[in-house]
Amino acid sequence: MTALLSLTGVSKRFRGLVAVDRVSFDVAESAIFAVIGPNGAGKTTLFNTVAGAMAPDEGTIVFAGEPIGGLPADAVCRRGLARTFQLVRPFPALSVEDNVIVGALLHRRHVGAARDHAQSLLRRLGLFDKRCQIASTLTLPDRKRLEVARALATQPRLLLLDEVMAGLRPTETDRMVATLRELNRDTGVTILLIEHVMRAVMALASRVLVLDHGVVIAEGAPQAVVRDPAVVQSYLGAEAV
Amino acid sequence: MPFDVYLNVAVGGILTGLVYGLMALGLSVIFGVVRVVNFAHGEMMSIAMFLAVVCFSTFHLDPLIMLVPIAAVLFAFGYVLQSSLINPFITRPEHSQFLLLVALAIIIVNVLLIVFGPDARSVQTAYALDSFQFGPLIVDATKLYAGIDAIVVAALLFAFFRFTSIGKAIRACADNYTGALVVGLNVNRLYALAFGIGAACVGAAGVMMTLIVDVTPLIGPTYTLLAFVIVITGGLGSMLGALVGGVLIGLTEALAGLLFTPSAKSMFAFGILVLVLLFRPQGLLGKRAA
Amino acid sequence: MMAAGTMGIVAHLTDGVSARTLAWLAALLALLLAAPWIVNDYLVTVLILILYLAYTGQAWNIMMGFAGQLSLGHAIYVGLAGYIAASLFIRFGIDPWLGFLAALPVAAACGAIIGFLAFRFGVTGVYFAILTIAFAEFARIGFGHLGIVNAAAGLFLPVAQYTHNDPWRLRGDPTMFYYVMLAATVIAFILCRLLIKSRIGYFWLAIREDEEAARAAGIDAFRYKMYAIVISAAVTSFAGVFYAFFYNNLFPEQVFGISGSIQMILGPIIGGVGTLFGPILGAFVLTGLAESLNAALAAFGFDLPGAEQVFYGVCLLIVVVALPEGIWPWLAPRLGISERSQ
Repeated sequence: MTALLSLTGVSKRFRGLVAVDRVSFDVAESAIFAVIGPNGAGKTTLFNTVAGAMAPDEGTIVFAGEPIGGLPADAVCRRGLARTFQLVRPFPALSVEDNVIVGALLHRRHVGAARDHAQSLLRRLGLFDKRCQIASTLTLPDRKRLEVARALATQPRLLLLDEVMAGLRPTETDRMVATLRELNRDTGVTILLIEHVMRAVMALASRVLVLDHGVVIAEGAPQAVVRDPAVVQSYLGAEAV
Repeated sequence: MPFDVYLNVAVGGILTGLVYGLMALGLSVIFGVVRVVNFAHGEMMSIAMFLAVVCFSTFHLDPLIMLVPIAAVLFAFGYVLQSSLINPFITRPEHSQFLLLVALAIIIVNVLLIVFGPDARSVQTAYALDSFQFGPLIVDATKLYAGIDAIVVAALLFAFFRFTSIGKAIRACADNYTGALVVGLNVNRLYALAFGIGAACVGAAGVMMTLIVDVTPLIGPTYTLLAFVIVITGGLGSMLGALVGGVLIGLTEALAGLLFTPSAKSMFAFGILVLVLLFRPQGLLGKRAA
Repeated sequence: MMAAGTMGIVAHLTDGVSARTLAWLAALLALLLAAPWIVNDYLVTVLILILYLAYTGQAWNIMMGFAGQLSLGHAIYVGLAGYIAASLFIRFGIDPWLGFLAALPVAAACGAIIGFLAFRFGVTGVYFAILTIAFAEFARIGFGHLGIVNAAAGLFLPVAQYTHNDPWRLRGDPTMFYYVMLAATVIAFILCRLLIKSRIGYFWLAIREDEEAARAAGIDAFRYKMYAIVISAAVTSFAGVFYAFFYNNLFPEQVFGISGSIQMILGPIIGGVGTLFGPILGAFVLTGLAESLNAALAAFGFDLPGAEQVFYGVCLLIVVVALPEGIWPWLAPRLGISERSQ
């Protein structure tokens, strides 16, 4: 089965610094794929090249059979690849509902239809009751859920989540994990996530990639990866095993 | 047209450009340090110009003598303005700051209009019509003095930022706001100081300008725009760029005035601005804005 | 069939608007319709100015309030349209409404050029504002040297003595001009309402709030910013045509000058950028207060040219410092009016 997303030899440099060094991996359709690694490993830069926020210097990125490397962020989203941000960026002055409607309008011409779709997503993510609230007044967990809802509204085939668990308490993390698992199960949306919270990674991912100094040091099933000595040494530490 | 005409006009343009450069230097300091887009820059200069005119007509004091006192007045004005009104706006969105200064600019221009009326005033010093001759080159005395003064003030400014501890502290703030706070610099005071210095520059430039042009309340906005053209062309954050930009604009203006109609000369400045904004937004000598 | 269509549009427009808000709007409209019968001629001209500012304020608001792009050179669209319509009238006797049909595309194209240059090359924020000023100044100086339109000496429209009001030729007494401007303001208001509720309106708001996040949600920011500037320019162009035929003269200094651009933005900023009613409220408050100031000064025997401008500057200062969202967002909840549809 051909992968939904396929990276081959992707590199990104910032002047002298090589942030991402010839990274290759495949993400199968409907999989949940996690990218982990220490801070500064190049995870978000990798994400940014996939999402179109920056162009890779080398390598190819193929999504659903089409090359997307170097395309701008809005074109990438239109192809079916939606992302969230590490530091959440809702549209602050707009209501929760309007935030999601913006996403829903990508593939729907009429505001009415977009609103219906937005409301069903808000229900799924437990934000329906707060739909009239202004986004800037939401708590952090709610804002994270809002970003996920907005990204989902664009009807992506692949969802890129950048440290969506960061700053959440364990109960909130569990709730988000449950929501994502449900989404993946019910809609088949493929999820590619950057995560530091190992609890979430172990609960969600079917496959894990470990990045360190821009280089892939391990890839495979979560249980195998966390025992890999290189991973333990550079990132997890002995206690995590 | 004979070569010496071009030469004289060009040199005149360069000398005027040095004064423009000093004016733009003030803007560069303000923007480079405090990060405020001072849309009232030209208007502040017009305050200095009117002070010079009044000192001359009432007390018969030559502008060049009044240079330091008037610059000091503008320094105080800038310092107070920054610490009282502008400082709270540092964290507000760009548009808000900008509009605050637009409001100030409108107020200054029209208060000057009410007080002094719309008619042009000029300063006719004893040497107003003198000129020096260097071979084929004929230079107006006023422009020569203004140009030399501009160089002196600019040099003093460079020295201040390079060699004094306060100057270095200000540069530190500009480079790294949080870092400056962490090492215990009183950033608010340094910001006010920087704004004051920028205002003093523009004050000095204004005084020199009275030797060269006539003064009306309505020239403020023109000089504001000119200062922006120069700073953007020369490069934001580069003090040398402001001077170089000033000379460049002064020269272009003068030659354009000679080759085309004098009143259309600012069109070239705007043309240059558009080109720079499009193709080299960091300007000739600037670093890419963060 | 037509009635059904109109009912459909009205329903769409008023969807989500409370009955209270509609009542306020209806009352205001009724008052404005009746105004020329209630007030004297001088006040009618003041009201024309208010409506003119309300109109241009709304047009500018499309770009700034909705799409978040600060334009400080909007006078260029007024000037271009005015000069084109006036020249066509003077030279070929073409009626102003046809002249408007010719002027609108030119203003829109001008907006497209400025927008293309700026947005394609990533000129944003304050730099964009400076760029718009540069273009307007370029036009001011340029037209001041353009012989065909009489350069800085000004272009004058022939004013024949009129015996009756002729809205088709925009010739008549102030009351006629008043109703023309009122109609234009109402149409602009409806247009803004339709825009903000539509897909394009949502995309504009997203771009205004966070352009990068908007792009991540699939919005082609360049394209929608272009729409904003072109539509804003096109709507503003009518004001130019009106200006030409109301004042019957055009001077590059007045019509392209930066004080004109600034006057255009004061209404929306004071009233409330990004709201529907803000520009209208701002125009009323600003001009109303300015006229009161003038009357007070005259009563005390002062003739201070520039006092009005100082007043505008002070108003802008107060609003920016104390009430940055404008008066309307502060006032509306107290009147029980919400612009957000539920």
